[in-house]
Amino acid sequence: MLKDITLGQFFPGDTLVHRLDPRTKLIAVVLYIVALFQAGGVVGYMLLILAAAACMAVSHISPKSIFKGLKPMIFIIILTGALNIFYTTGTPVLPGWIITWEGIIRAVKMILRIVLLITGTFLLTYTTSPMALTDGLELLMNPLKKIKVPVHEMTIMMSMALRFIPTLIEETDKIMSAQKARGADFETGGLIKRARALLPILVPLFVSAFRRADELAVAMESRCYHGGQGRTRMKQLRFAGIDYGALLASAAFLAGVIVLKKFGL
Amino acid sequence: MSSIISFEGVHFTYPEDELESLCGIDLEIEEGSFVAVLGHNGSGKSTLAKHMNAILVPSSGRVLINGLNTADESQLIGIRRCVGMVFQNPDNQIVANVVEDDVAFAPENLGVPTEEIRRRVDQALRQVGMYEYRLHAPHLLSGGQKQRVAIAGVIAMEPRIIVLDEPTAMLDPQGRQEVISTVSRLCRENGMTVVLITHHMDECVGADRLVVMSNGRIVADGSPAKVFSQVELMHSEGLDVPETTRLIYELNQEGFRLPMDALALDACADALADALK
Repeated sequence: MLKDITLGQFFPGDTLVHRLDPRTKLIAVVLYIVALFQAGGVVGYMLLILAAAACMAVSHISPKSIFKGLKPMIFIIILTGALNIFYTTGTPVLPGWIITWEGIIRAVKMILRIVLLITGTFLLTYTTSPMALTDGLELLMNPLKKIKVPVHEMTIMMSMALRFIPTLIEETDKIMSAQKARGADFETGGLIKRARALLPILVPLFVSAFRRADELAVAMESRCYHGGQGRTRMKQLRFAGIDYGALLASAAFLAGVIVLKKFGL
Repeated sequence: MSSIISFEGVHFTYPEDELESLCGIDLEIEEGSFVAVLGHNGSGKSTLAKHMNAILVPSSGRVLINGLNTADESQLIGIRRCVGMVFQNPDNQIVANVVEDDVAFAPENLGVPTEEIRRRVDQALRQVGMYEYRLHAPHLLSGGQKQRVAIAGVIAMEPRIIVLDEPTAMLDPQGRQEVISTVSRLCRENGMTVVLITHHMDECVGADRLVVMSNGRIVADGSPAKVFSQVELMHSEGLDVPETTRLIYELNQEGFRLPMDALALDACADALADALK
């Protein structure tokens, strides 16, 4: 079950999308999300869906893997849909019903927004290696260093966290097996009983995570880590022609969606 | 040859401890030598290793690395780029999701130019025989491979000394073999000074020099053949000797007169063949 965690997952490949600079992809995703919240009419939404589908096709990311990532969010998606259906005033679908036409339209729009939002971010993480992603993030946030935001520290924490996800998952599996071997029961009982059963897993997991963190810190210092000052990189990020093209296309896309909204489409 | 590591009357006590972990260590290690430090748990051998790159500094006495005093904080980076450290658990010293990015970590920290990092990373990975795995994820490698990546990560820093603190304790026999042959090759072919901390006596056989520690003191120091020939001393320290030495020792107890320094397998076989003639 733990193997299903898609956070930080990356599908290596050599497509146009994979080759884009991580900064380009980050900016493009932000623009896409802004467009998502600007879209008003049917045409706007169609464009958004089309753009996501095109990116998926170009990057060879199957819809199946996107759906897999959506699974944990299904509850939130349904809840948002339900709330919008029942709590929007307007003309009832049938006389006397609380469900209104406006409600249905809003629910569909909200669900589409959430699904596309997740799809967009998944396209980013699926096609960008965690290292490239954190590097890109650090470079993009570089100006914030001027106002004393610890950008380097934040990004190195993020990359360490991503690095240790598989290690900690493996460890959790080991601890669970050890507890099961001694008769622990994680599968039966109600929600509260099951949550309680997790406690004997969490305690050793935390203890060992802290010990790991300690050893990691010593190992990093031994390798001359002394903060972000004077660091260089093996893989330098460079904007290429396709990056400028992609950025231009994203900006034009956002502008287009906003213009369409003005015309009520 | 001159000594690159020197311990001068080093005492050390952990803050939460009352007993001294190191009680008066005097040790000189020559550049380019392969030194093994043997001792059972709690003998102070890991504490000794941690003094070599200023993770710990002596309570009294001093440690000089290439002439630099480890107690001098301003020399810290200089000392650490000179002494590479490899630890027991390979999982806890690998910092990146891709092998080559991990190896690049130390040179990146040192501000080495981009093209030079690339060259060093490729060279380091070739030296440990992990070049074809450079784009793999470290958590999918075997223990011995991970530990070799950790060694590459250290040699990409181009240190003069590499200190390995029980690098094989968590590995299977094959992984142990991989790691030990990699470090002895680094010493022989690249002239790197190697300090190997271990409690497996068979890993010490290939070393130039063997230092045995017990209760924070050095109890024996010399070539592995000489040290292991002191079988009673080793036993009194709770340490075993390699099987070849034990065989010869027991035969000698029965009245044979075999040379005690026949430590390597073929040397032992030759000695036995001579005796049987």
